[in-house]
Amino acid sequence: MVTIYIEGKAYKIKQGQNLLQACLGLGFDLPYFCWHPALGSVGACRQCAVKRFKDENDTRGEIVMACMTPADDGTRISINDPEAVQFRASVIEWLMINHPHDCPVCDEGGECHLQDMTVMTGHNYRHSRFPKRTHRNQDLGPFINHEMNRCIQCYRCVRFYRDYAGGSDLNALASHDHVYFGRFQSGPLESEFSGNLVEICPTGVFTDKSLKSHFTRKWDLQTAPSVCVHCGLGCNTIPGERYDELRRIRNRYHHQVNGYFLCDRGRYGYEFVNSTQRIRHPLRQAGSREEAKLMMETEALELAAAMLADPGKVIGIGSPRAFLESNFALRALVGPERFHAGLSDSDFKCLGTGCNILQRGPVPAATLQGVALADAAFVLGEDVTQTAPLMALNLRQMRYGKSVRIVSDFQVPEWHDAGVREIGQLQSPALFNATPYPTRLDDEAMRTVYAAPHDLVRLGFAVLAALDASVFPMPDVNDAMQALANEIAQALLKAERPLLVAGTGCGNPALIEAAANMAWYLGRKGSAAAFALCVPECNSLGLRLMGGLDLNSAFQAIDEGRADTVVILENDLYRRADAQAVDAMLQKARNIIVIDHQQTATSEKAHLVLPAATFAEATGTLINNEGRAQRGYAVMPPKGAVRAGWRWLQMLMKAAGHAGASSWLRLENLTADLVKDMPVFQPVAGLDPKPAMPTPGGKLPRQSHRYTGRTAMHADIDVSEPKPPADEDAPLAFSMEGYDGRPPAGLISRVWAPGWNSEQSLNKFQSEIGGPLRGGDPGRRLIEPPASDDIRYFAMPEQEILPGADEYLLVPIHHIFGSEELSMASPGVARQAPQPYLALRPEDAPVGDGEQVRLLVSGKSLVLPLKLLPGMPERTAGLPDGLPGVPKMVLPAVVKILGKGSIEK
Amino acid sequence: MLSNIRTIWEILRHSFRRPETIQYPEQKPYLAPRFRGRIILSRDPDGEERCVACYLCAAACPVDCIALQATEDGYGRRYPAFFRINFSRCILCGFCEEACPTLAIQLTPDYEMCEYDRQNLVYEKEDLLISGPGKYPDYNFYRVAGLAIAGKDKGEAENESEPVDTHTLLP
Repeated sequence: MVTIYIEGKAYKIKQGQNLLQACLGLGFDLPYFCWHPALGSVGACRQCAVKRFKDENDTRGEIVMACMTPADDGTRISINDPEAVQFRASVIEWLMINHPHDCPVCDEGGECHLQDMTVMTGHNYRHSRFPKRTHRNQDLGPFINHEMNRCIQCYRCVRFYRDYAGGSDLNALASHDHVYFGRFQSGPLESEFSGNLVEICPTGVFTDKSLKSHFTRKWDLQTAPSVCVHCGLGCNTIPGERYDELRRIRNRYHHQVNGYFLCDRGRYGYEFVNSTQRIRHPLRQAGSREEAKLMMETEALELAAAMLADPGKVIGIGSPRAFLESNFALRALVGPERFHAGLSDSDFKCLGTGCNILQRGPVPAATLQGVALADAAFVLGEDVTQTAPLMALNLRQMRYGKSVRIVSDFQVPEWHDAGVREIGQLQSPALFNATPYPTRLDDEAMRTVYAAPHDLVRLGFAVLAALDASVFPMPDVNDAMQALANEIAQALLKAERPLLVAGTGCGNPALIEAAANMAWYLGRKGSAAAFALCVPECNSLGLRLMGGLDLNSAFQAIDEGRADTVVILENDLYRRADAQAVDAMLQKARNIIVIDHQQTATSEKAHLVLPAATFAEATGTLINNEGRAQRGYAVMPPKGAVRAGWRWLQMLMKAAGHAGASSWLRLENLTADLVKDMPVFQPVAGLDPKPAMPTPGGKLPRQSHRYTGRTAMHADIDVSEPKPPADEDAPLAFSMEGYDGRPPAGLISRVWAPGWNSEQSLNKFQSEIGGPLRGGDPGRRLIEPPASDDIRYFAMPEQEILPGADEYLLVPIHHIFGSEELSMASPGVARQAPQPYLALRPEDAPVGDGEQVRLLVSGKSLVLPLKLLPGMPERTAGLPDGLPGVPKMVLPAVVKILGKGSIEK
Repeated sequence: MLSNIRTIWEILRHSFRRPETIQYPEQKPYLAPRFRGRIILSRDPDGEERCVACYLCAAACPVDCIALQATEDGYGRRYPAFFRINFSRCILCGFCEEACPTLAIQLTPDYEMCEYDRQNLVYEKEDLLISGPGKYPDYNFYRVAGLAIAGKDKGEAENESEPVDTHTLLP
């Protein structure tokens, strides 16, 4: 702790900050542009000028840039000194000289940092009579709108895009006052994190293109704290709704999970909520969607009760993309012995192994924040950028972390971005990336190796052997592999916080076991080792922790006649298992009830379809990859017959005469039963934060205090205003009435503070700049492994499939845009997704790049264009995972190439 | 006593004054152009909609009786897809007119808006939009804004230079 004096008053602050951080952390309003808590200081914009005095007798002082001046013990500054105030007003007037008269038509208006800072400095009249400089814009793809006229040259965009996110195609171009932030040519931005430019840019140069198509100002959006559903990391989001339509997703700060950033899949994948493929009414179907009949809710429940009449013959299939509560309700409806986790075979095995490892310990699951702080990381078999994008972004921060640890030798403070990065150029982070095909993280890694999954397993065990041959003898690997294993082992041993990353991406549980072995060994050696498990979907871990049988046993139960009715919750089985097996089951089952929000190949074959709510219309809990239970709240009330999945199941139970469900009128009743039944979920019971302030009805408003159109938005239907819909499940109301002060950390529906309309107002919500939210970060970890010395290492498995002649081992290639089911309903995401292809290394290619090949994969013949992918391991072939047009790969599998193909007429 | 007599005297005196009352609706009073009556949406001098759907009128409205939705034409010009004022809620305070950055929304000296059915007081854009510029004949927001629209490219607005050629290094 050091003492600084602001306006003559003493304040105690943490050591090692700069003056701007210190002032903002203490709650002072000091304007700034180029500084960002995640990006550090460069002193480019000259906006945060304050006056510094030598000692208490100094009355003249000197103007310094707060962001570039360390807050040393005894520093005396004045923010309100007239000269400093005048200086800041002049700076903003210069910055505004070329700023266009655009605010009414600018998407940033109302949440614009430049607007806020202009008002804060008091500049309100343009003195310059000279013409304004103009720029031509570029088309930056489906996610980002470019309006270069508005730029104030703070350089935050390129610092984020290039230095922080590792992108290369956005740059500062041209010279002097012509400087231009864009691409060399028009074209979609290549980085998976480009959407963050919307929040990084302090003005309206980069704005959200998907929001532009249904533009709404920040104050008009009905918002609630939510959790992203597009991968397993559980990033915190703030979705915004207007006129019953989801309009955008914004980041919600969580110190230990996503920090300030989101990936583009999370930010732009929301449009499935508004999709025309939504199921909005109960449907009775006999074979095809064309013959579907709309039903009333009561009719649907009567029909369902008849279908569920024989409870011994009903099985349930849960879903990794449904809330924990919905899965629990299904498990209660059908009984634990007839509940099947709707996971693919390989996911079921991998997640089972992962859960087991996390629960057994002694090494804890890494938080995303912990990933960035690692000083050595070994990624084993996971294409992190595509399956867990924010983890890749955090792995990229290892370089920065490494240089931060040595900057004191160079007399450079930690927050000095340019200095730290200059030193970082000399440092390569100890990041080892072992994957089955070239990935986007390779440019950041110290060593990269591409090998088939079973060879990666062997590498994992070779590293364990190199760590300590007494734990595991060196497996049979070639010299190069052994040398690499030694190098990785040395780096991991040297590290204080080594990190092991593995996941379900290859569908091989042995990879997860190999990574756990290393983490356990290192943890036992005394280092703060962590294990990061990448899981495919938003509730994969929660579903797997719930137990349940695998999907094949569901197929068997129907096939053998032990069951004739199947209830499928928010799941498209054709994405989980071989189409033939699913077809067989759906044909044989007498009654199929599907509860889902999207029309899928599975819902098409159902006899009764019930419309489920999406994450935006229901409140529930999701368990992320580190076992953190996080609650997402409904942003808008469900329309018409749409209900939360668990609510449908509760109604089905009631209709079918189950006793237990009658008390489940609110989410909290169901949660209470859930934790009673399964103690592993105990922390879920206390997830709803209690508002500190007594509010009318005990609830916080979802609408801002400036929400507009309350008496006109429904007036075209009825001039009498409807009563706001009640929400029994959340401590939030669909209303603008109630306490609008600082909410508890888990209930932050929007970041706003007086004078701070942009998301930069976040500093008013944090306990320290860049630190946890006031009152502690939301969410609770379910699994904190016991510290035990009893480690039973996994043994290396016997290797299974080896491809025969003309055969190639199948490797799923993941794509951030395309491999995930729900986000593909967003037109922008679909545009960025690749077309189906078969990837081979050039040496193995029977035909040229882009030519059609005919192939045989798990008994199906396909014709796909060939993509040459230099670096693919020998005798492996890659198919894009989850992409429409590519059948579900049941791993492990082989591909047989039949020769040159042509598209069948 | 004196007060009572004075009151009677005043009443008597007023009996010979000219009446202030006029015979409405046969006779109509003079209303100044800045009278705050029925709200309209005006057009710019080129005959295009002035409203750019910035939502500021809705934000300024103390009774929240304005609802709209922004949309764009193919060239980037923004306009309201719908614009609704619920006059049964409107208090004719004129805040919307003050907030309007494009002088689109204006209050007029018309107050004759009685209806038997409240529902008929809900005005949509078709009911609000007039064919002229209203009180401000000259102003055209897009002539001063930096946004390019059909017929006005970058650098063609008032007081703007030609777009920068980023490929030159010359000063």
